[in-house]
Amino acid sequence: MSMPQVFFAYLAGMITVLSLLVVTRKNPVHSVLWMLVMFLHIAALYLSLNAEFLAAIQIIVYAGAILVLFLFVIMLLNLRKEETEKRFQNQWPFSVGVGVVLAIFSVSIVGKITVIAPLGQYTVEAVRSEGSVMTIGKVLYTDFLLPFEIASLLLLVAIVGAVVLAKRRLE
Amino acid sequence: MDLIQFIMTLIVIGVFLLHVAFVQYFERKALGHMQSRLGPMRVGWHGLLQPIADSVKLLFKEDIMPANADKPIFYLAPIIGVVAAITSLAVIPIWPGFSIANLNIGILFILALSSVGAYSIVLAGWASNSKYSFLGGLRSSAQVISYEIAMGLSLVGVMMLAGSANLTDIVNAQSKSWFILYQPVACLIFVLSALAETNRVPFDLTEAESELVAGYATEYSGFRWALFFMAEYAGMFVMSALGAVCFLGGWNGPDFGIFANVPKIIWFLLKVYGCIFTYFWLRATLPRYRYDQLMNLGWKIFIPLSLANIVVTGLVRVLWKG
Repeated sequence: MSMPQVFFAYLAGMITVLSLLVVTRKNPVHSVLWMLVMFLHIAALYLSLNAEFLAAIQIIVYAGAILVLFLFVIMLLNLRKEETEKRFQNQWPFSVGVGVVLAIFSVSIVGKITVIAPLGQYTVEAVRSEGSVMTIGKVLYTDFLLPFEIASLLLLVAIVGAVVLAKRRLE
Repeated sequence: MDLIQFIMTLIVIGVFLLHVAFVQYFERKALGHMQSRLGPMRVGWHGLLQPIADSVKLLFKEDIMPANADKPIFYLAPIIGVVAAITSLAVIPIWPGFSIANLNIGILFILALSSVGAYSIVLAGWASNSKYSFLGGLRSSAQVISYEIAMGLSLVGVMMLAGSANLTDIVNAQSKSWFILYQPVACLIFVLSALAETNRVPFDLTEAESELVAGYATEYSGFRWALFFMAEYAGMFVMSALGAVCFLGGWNGPDFGIFANVPKIIWFLLKVYGCIFTYFWLRATLPRYRYDQLMNLGWKIFIPLSLANIVVTGLVRVLWKG
């Protein structure tokens, strides 16, 4: 295996293990922490794909804002009772079985299909020559302007919804 | 090449840690003189060896841990803070052509690490299993989220002027005039948000000693406490360096007469220490903010103001350069 493959194998393996740790921990704060470590690994995965900007945004937005909010909410709620209760419902062996079967299917397929996507204009060299921040900015504001604006509109709707929920009595 | 890089990194970290130790001496001296005292005078000439005496003392103190603390997280919390602060140093351009890593996303890198560093305080507050620590941690998480946005947005103006998020490019773009002249509003927002990010007076609600004993650090002692201390001062140093790089021209200095021969790193350090002195000056001058005032200031004033600053900067740039 070449170096990038080793790196990818490590990251993919770690992300899987860390995700399992996130859902199996009893203490919600520990879950959040394992999630933080997982986000850092995802950021490293972006880095290995030459997407520095995405890696930085992954850490700033997910690790820096969203996860801190999770932590904030978990710390405000008193979850002592949850820790003593059973972690999973009774059908978990069945879910695990389905998951394992699906995993076997996908592993058996992976080796047989190779999809080679056509090479676009944004090759590693092209991105490197003007930096990933500039490339993403240009693409977002030209080719993908409409989806970009729709996404921001969706976020605006969410913000308005949150304000309405928080301010029940609008004077 | 790699070995030289490695050795340079070690030297920079070592020198940086010495700076961090003596910044604390500088603070005690500056505060002392502002309050008509002398500050530390006993250890060494004018108390110059005080930081070393302090660290030796802290090393030999007993390491106390609360009985119901969450052990691994309690151990981990101070380390996260120190690592995040020291790693941020990697992208700071120290003199022409030298920064440990010349990243294209320099500013974002520092912002990302400062948000990871926030975990150290939140987790310390939670893991200590003490009311005071917990309140400190909660305050810190809300404060950091609010002010991170304002700080990131205030730096967008700088990135627009320089046309890059690379800190070396930003310094080079300021060889004629500093960005503080074009971005006074952004600079003000940055300075105040940096105060809030590093939990310094007047935004030191996370360790407000008159209400919360010592906030998140209440249950820490000995060298673990020293690590928090280091993280705070290292964070201050990094924020000051970022301010010097983004608004005060980094290592650019006067280029005429006798000044041309001064090594560029001197200008950089002068600016950094100027910013650090501002921290102390504010500490000696201002009382602590109330928590609701802090939140109002962050969300209702700084964020709209920095957004407006981005719009104005963009408009001016488009109209000016055609």
